[in-house]
Amino acid sequence: MRPLLLFSAFCLVWEALVRASGVPAFILPGPLRVVAALANNASFLAENALVTLVEIVLGMLVGVSLGCLAALALSASRGARAWLLPLVVASQAIPIFAIAPLLVLWLGFGLASKVAAAALVIFFPVASVFYDGLARTERGWLDLAQVMNAKPAAILWRIRLPAALPALASGLRMAAAVAPIGAIIGEWVGAAAGLGFVMLQANAQMQTDLMFAALLVLATFAVLFYRLVDRLALRLAPWQPPTQSTV
Amino acid sequence: MDQTSSAVAGFGLHVRQARVAFGGAVLFDDLSFDLEPGSFTCLLGPSGIGKSTLLRLIAGLAPEDARGQIRAGDGGPLAGRVAWMAQTDLLCPWLDVAGNVALGARLRGTAYAPAHVTALLEAVGLGDKMRAMPNTLSGGQRQRAALARTLMEDRPLVLMDEPFGALDAITRWRLQELALQLLKGRTVLLVTHDPREALRMGDAVRVLAGRPATLGAPLHPRGLSPNELLAAEHRLLDELAATAA
Repeated sequence: MRPLLLFSAFCLVWEALVRASGVPAFILPGPLRVVAALANNASFLAENALVTLVEIVLGMLVGVSLGCLAALALSASRGARAWLLPLVVASQAIPIFAIAPLLVLWLGFGLASKVAAAALVIFFPVASVFYDGLARTERGWLDLAQVMNAKPAAILWRIRLPAALPALASGLRMAAAVAPIGAIIGEWVGAAAGLGFVMLQANAQMQTDLMFAALLVLATFAVLFYRLVDRLALRLAPWQPPTQSTV
Repeated sequence: MDQTSSAVAGFGLHVRQARVAFGGAVLFDDLSFDLEPGSFTCLLGPSGIGKSTLLRLIAGLAPEDARGQIRAGDGGPLAGRVAWMAQTDLLCPWLDVAGNVALGARLRGTAYAPAHVTALLEAVGLGDKMRAMPNTLSGGQRQRAALARTLMEDRPLVLMDEPFGALDAITRWRLQELALQLLKGRTVLLVTHDPREALRMGDAVRVLAGRPATLGAPLHPRGLSPNELLAAEHRLLDELAATAA
C-alpha cells in the first residue's frame, strides 16, 4: 500500500511541476501524457515487452544454470578452482557494455545476443554466492558425515549442496535484480525489437512520452520478475527466510 | 526382537598416550585410559579442559597434529563402528525428522528399513513427528531426534558430547532415562559438566582436570545409597570448582 501511495504522490508532483513550468513534452512529458502514450501504443509495447521478457527469462535460465555448475565445479575440485576462479572473476571485471557489441557481432541482432548478455550479468552473482555457500558448510554437519563414513561425493550432494541453498536463494534474488539490465544493454547495442529498442527509437524520434511508457512497462516487469523469483527462492530454502526484502 | 534394540555389543576401548595441542597450549599429553566393553562412562571436567577434543580424537575428528593410539579391545577397526552425538543436535533443516534419522544410511548410500526409523522415533517419543521439519520442533524434541539418529547408526561405541546440556531439567531427566535404556549394552562415553548427570548415568565417572589435563581415578556410582550419591556429588562439585578457579 505504501509504495502505491508514494508512487501516486510522486506522479501528482510530477504532473504539477510539468504544468507549472511549461516545459515542452519532448523534454519531460507529464504522467498523464505517458499514460496516454501507453494506451495508444498498447499492442506495440506489448509485442516488444514480450521479446524483452523472453530474453530475461532465458538469460536467467542460462545464467543460473551456468552459475550453479561453475560453483559446483569450483567446490568439487581444487584443480577446477585454480582454472575456473580467474574466469569467474574476469566475467565480472569486464564491463557488460564492452562485451555487448561483440555479442551482437558474434550472435547477431536476434534473441541469442540478448540472452547471452543477460546470462553474463547473472552468472557472476549466482556463481560467487553459491560457491561461497558451498564452501561455508557448518563444521558440525561435515564432522557428523565423516563419522558416518560418507564419501566426498555424498557429502557434497547431500550436505553441502542443501546447506548452500539459502545462499543460492540470495544469488537468485541478486540475479533477478540485474537480469533486465543485461537484456536492455543487449538491445541498446543492436536489436530489432524489445523494450530497450523501443526506448532508443522513441528517444531518437523525440517521442519522449513513448520512451517513458516503455520505461514504465520495463520497471513494472522488473519488479514483478523480482518478486516472482523472490517467492521461488523462499521455497528453495524455507527454513531460512531472507533477513530483509528490498522490494 | 524389539526393533529398537540390537545385537550390537560394545567393545572395550584403549586410549594410549593421547596428545593434543592447540598452538602452544597443550590440552593433554600422554593421556591413557580404558573403557570396559558395554560400560557407560561419564567424563566430567570444567569447560575448555579438552573433554570435547578427547571425544573428537576418538571419533577420528582430531586436529592434524594430534597423537595417540586408540584401539578397539576386540582388535577390529574403529572406523565405521563409532557413533557421535554432538552438543548441538546437528539436524539438517532441509530433511524431515525421518530423513534426519536415516541420514547415515543416506550418506553411505546403503539400504535401510523405514520400519526401523519408525520404531526408533516411537521409542524416543517422536512417533507423530516423522514428517515434521526440524525448525518446527522444540529443543527437547530436536535432541530426541538426534538421539534416534545416533541409535539408527547402530554402532557399538557411542560418543556423546554434552547432548542434554541445553535442555530444561525435566526434559533432560527424561532424555537421560531414555538414553540409558536405549544404549544398554553399548560402550558409551558421555561428556558432561553436570556431576548429577554423570552420577546418574555412568557406570564409571571420571574427572578430566589440570593443564595438561589428567584423568582422575574412576568413581563407580552404581549401588551407592542416596546419601553417598549426594556426598559424591558434593565432592565432584568441589573438585570441579577447585580446578576451574
